[in-house]
Amino acid sequence: MKISYQWLSQFVDLKQIEPQKLADQVSVTGIEVASVIAPDAGLKKIVVGHILATRPHPNSDHLTLCQVDIGAEEPVQIVCGAPNVAADQYVIVALPGSRIANNEKIKRGKMRGEASEGMICALQEIGFSDSVVPKEYLHGIYVFPEAKPVGQPVFSFLGMDDRLLDFDITPNRADTLGMHGAAYEVGAMIHEKPRFPEVNLNESGAKSSDLIKVSVAEPELVPQYLLKVVENITIKPSPLWLQIRLWNNGIRPINNVVDVTNYVMLEYGQPLHAYDYDQLSSKQIGVRLAQADEPFVTLDGEEWHLRPSDLVITDGAKPVGVAGVMGGLNSEVTDQTQTVVLEAAVFDPTSIRKTAQWTNLHTEASTRFEKGINAADVETALRRASQLLADLAGGQVCEGIAIGNQQVRQPLQVQLDPARVNHVLGTQISRQEMLAILQDLQFDYQDQADKILVTVPLRRWDISIEADLIEEIARLYGYDKLPSTLPTGIQTKGSFNRRQQLIRTVRKNLLAHGLDEVISYSLLTEPQAVAFTHTPKPAIKLAWPMTQDHAYLRQNLISGLLLDLQYNLAHQQNDVAIFEQGNVFQTVDNQNQPKEVPMVAALWSGQVKPTSWLTKTRQYDFYDAKGEVVNLLTVLGVADQVQFVADDTIAQLHPGRTAKIILADQVIGFVGEIHPNEQQALALPVTYVMQLDLLAILNTELPTIVSESAAKYPAVERDVALILDQNISNAQVVALVKENGGKYLTDVSIFDVFAGEKIGHHKRSLAYRLHFQDPAATLQDEQINKVMLKVTSALTENLKAQVR
Amino acid sequence: MSLKQRLEELKDQGLQDIQAADNQQKLNDIRVKLLGKKGPITEVLRGLKDLSNEERPQVGSFANKIKGDLSSAIDDQLKVLDQKTLQRRLAHETIDVTLPGRPAPVGTPHILNQTIDDLEELFIGLGYEVIDGPEVETDHYNFEMMNIPRNHPARDMQDTFYITHDLLMRTHTSPNQARSLEKHDFSKGPLKMISPGRVYRRDNDDATHSHQFNQLEGLVIDKHVTMADLKGTLEVVARHVFGEEREIRLRPSYFPFTEPSIEVDISCFACGGKGCRVCKYTGWIEVLGAGMVHPNVLSRAGVDPQVYGGFAFGLGPDRFAMLKYGVNDIREFYQNDLRFLHQFQREVK
Repeated sequence: MKISYQWLSQFVDLKQIEPQKLADQVSVTGIEVASVIAPDAGLKKIVVGHILATRPHPNSDHLTLCQVDIGAEEPVQIVCGAPNVAADQYVIVALPGSRIANNEKIKRGKMRGEASEGMICALQEIGFSDSVVPKEYLHGIYVFPEAKPVGQPVFSFLGMDDRLLDFDITPNRADTLGMHGAAYEVGAMIHEKPRFPEVNLNESGAKSSDLIKVSVAEPELVPQYLLKVVENITIKPSPLWLQIRLWNNGIRPINNVVDVTNYVMLEYGQPLHAYDYDQLSSKQIGVRLAQADEPFVTLDGEEWHLRPSDLVITDGAKPVGVAGVMGGLNSEVTDQTQTVVLEAAVFDPTSIRKTAQWTNLHTEASTRFEKGINAADVETALRRASQLLADLAGGQVCEGIAIGNQQVRQPLQVQLDPARVNHVLGTQISRQEMLAILQDLQFDYQDQADKILVTVPLRRWDISIEADLIEEIARLYGYDKLPSTLPTGIQTKGSFNRRQQLIRTVRKNLLAHGLDEVISYSLLTEPQAVAFTHTPKPAIKLAWPMTQDHAYLRQNLISGLLLDLQYNLAHQQNDVAIFEQGNVFQTVDNQNQPKEVPMVAALWSGQVKPTSWLTKTRQYDFYDAKGEVVNLLTVLGVADQVQFVADDTIAQLHPGRTAKIILADQVIGFVGEIHPNEQQALALPVTYVMQLDLLAILNTELPTIVSESAAKYPAVERDVALILDQNISNAQVVALVKENGGKYLTDVSIFDVFAGEKIGHHKRSLAYRLHFQDPAATLQDEQINKVMLKVTSALTENLKAQVR
Repeated sequence: MSLKQRLEELKDQGLQDIQAADNQQKLNDIRVKLLGKKGPITEVLRGLKDLSNEERPQVGSFANKIKGDLSSAIDDQLKVLDQKTLQRRLAHETIDVTLPGRPAPVGTPHILNQTIDDLEELFIGLGYEVIDGPEVETDHYNFEMMNIPRNHPARDMQDTFYITHDLLMRTHTSPNQARSLEKHDFSKGPLKMISPGRVYRRDNDDATHSHQFNQLEGLVIDKHVTMADLKGTLEVVARHVFGEEREIRLRPSYFPFTEPSIEVDISCFACGGKGCRVCKYTGWIEVLGAGMVHPNVLSRAGVDPQVYGGFAFGLGPDRFAMLKYGVNDIREFYQNDLRFLHQFQREVK
């Protein structure tokens, strides 16, 4: 709500504090003031003019020549195109050299041959929004309802010299959605007691309760429901001072009755509604839940089929309003209305919230009912509106109130322990200071032996426990006065757990090897979410995704990396080596929450980085990816236990260029090339990826490291070159060598792979270096020869190897 | 000609030859020729036997001296020649040291992770543990345990991706408050934790909104933890991240899970508080929300609010990084354009 500085100063002495300074203070002690709005900002030389005479423009069928008194010695001629211009109007004149809305400059000029000394303005032309301009002036110039001093700036006559503090309230402080609440808040801050005028009513004639019968079917949902009848009213525009209050708060003035209900809502924060009494055929008002699909037309002309959870107001039979949200077209106040029924109520916030949400009718009224109402002022607001209708519409206020329900709870009493306040805040605020703050808040209290018993007024329904009162003390005492300390007490150990250490190790290693880290979205399309996994689970879908691109929870990290690659390729970044560490989501039978598995995945595409004038460029290949995986597994201590097995089971990967990674009989990941079909579909060059399940690695028990002295005896190396059938894998050879290499074989490394004509079709040559070491003695040639013979004959026998 | 004269002559001639030698081979030849067994000095020494007993030692020692002089002259000249050879070699081996070095691969950590890593290390130093929690959360932990029942207006503050009625993408890292409160054994000392991670909101992605972003939760619960402790802790964070000169300002706010609740502003690091475009001419920048843990949050997690209390805060690494490095579009963090990522290659900030 936009709190008018001028209006506020009628309730509380603002001690001449500048609006901006007041706003800053309110922000620091209570409610964030998003901005201070000056409606006349940027406008100048806009004055009241009195149209003395008009005549049609000789060269136009829609322009009018106006003789306008602008307070100068002579009247000036202004050309006006508005259809509603007429003699004897008091109007807004933008003089030559003036600035109007949007920083537009007005110059003296000629229009179709006739001089024009400025412009007669519509409200929109001096910065009003279409949504607040009274309907009669929406398509023409604005005309003051009464004479104003000509030549004077218009701003003060239109409320534009006011300053509006835009209170950006949090949901708990809806008590400031009315001027009274705002006055209490500001008053507490500047130690001023707010003062509100009394409501004095002259009631006469019939009793409200005789004129209208009221019944509330759901008293639980409607703790207060009060009606008052005002007769013999004359519908007309409201006085300008009231219209100003409305339009400065974004509400369009309609007529005196509607305006009064809105005005009192701004005053008290209590939404009111006015029904045309004569449209209520049975002279009854009921409150009940709607029937399923019950049809209803709200006063904005919209047609609804209501739900059984919606509260409706009825004329005894059919709905005439959606409670707390919007009235109906069938009981709307019109120019012909003579008698109105005013309604002031409290509705259940949850009920109103549900209705406002599904209908998407977030009105000034529904917002307030949702967030809470000052139960103490419901009747007062009703009486205040009646008083204004008597004053402004000549109405006759009927006696008393027709009560549907009037349950007003007792104010809460909350104990405040001054020691507790200081214990929580870390302060040494004296009891006297605390009592002074409670006084500033206008809270009643009893200063008891050790505690203070505070009676919380109903207008502060956000306060119900001691912690709430501690906040009141703290904010008004001033957070700037809090000391700055650090928690003391028993020392605690700060450290990363094993999982966090493992993840850090993984990231650190990949970074050290030149892979850039990325963070992709966890929510993807369904095909993206379920791709690249050996164990696809049912896709987990959002109930109401924002877009189809982000609707399913990912089960792999590769799809995200591919999106990152595509983005980079589209921006001429062709050499990409990236990785991501993050969770994938897997449904688990009989378990509500999915399993979240920490994974790491990497992607390589384009030229090997970094390139330089010293190195020959080449493209990333399978073995770059695999090498990185092995490196990671080594650092994580499981490389020895891992097997790479050719794999053609993941549809998005090349069936001949993919290995699954197996640790203790469990598939923990894969490394491979993106399938050519997939590459084509995504317009990618040849790309390699890997993914590892870090949870599986984390769950692997590692032996304690026990060091040994480095061997002092010479090691022996022997090379062996083999010609093999092409389909014999390196893994087979190595396994056989290890099996037959004896206890001194420490390592087998391949150092050459060759295929070509010389060797023959479907053959290839593999060359290995075998490392032998006896930790306790020097190895003898005969020993090694014997082993080598065993190895080569095993290779020959089992793999038909030909030793070169 | 006396032997002595002959020796003088040999010396002069020898020195001349040595000076003239321009490579090691020639010098070696001279050594062999002059000082060798068949050389002239040896020849002279052989003639000593014909001399008198008086002359013999004189001429003998003279001959040895000349032999010595020539030998050291050869050594000296050899040094000169070696030096020249070295000079030639060094000149020959000279390279262009301004050519680029062979680059070692270097990857750049994502700036959001750098921001989180930095905060984690800061808090570990202050004795906090780092807690992980699920990204797919139950309504129970995400809302109910955080004092936000169904139909609470505060649920409007956080538009939620629901999966089922009870399951959702967590909208904040706060559910890890409840999870740690339930697990913590207070007999073993205070609970001091941070919990970073991904969170999700039902937002349209634009320059300032992202349906996925990061949060870092902090929670300290003990028998006597004060709001002043919160202020001091947040000052440490603000100064660590945004510079030692930063001041902080606490403003009242509202979160259902804290009471009192505050928003925290830092004095603008761009203008020092005078007012500029970065701080929208206010001198202050809002950086995080915090407060004293609401008694309901404690009691729901089985912790007695009469005995225990403390503070909680939640900050946004995305927002921190945007502010600190002038990132104007949050989507850049998730598009992963290498040119964007590489700007943060320098890890020492």
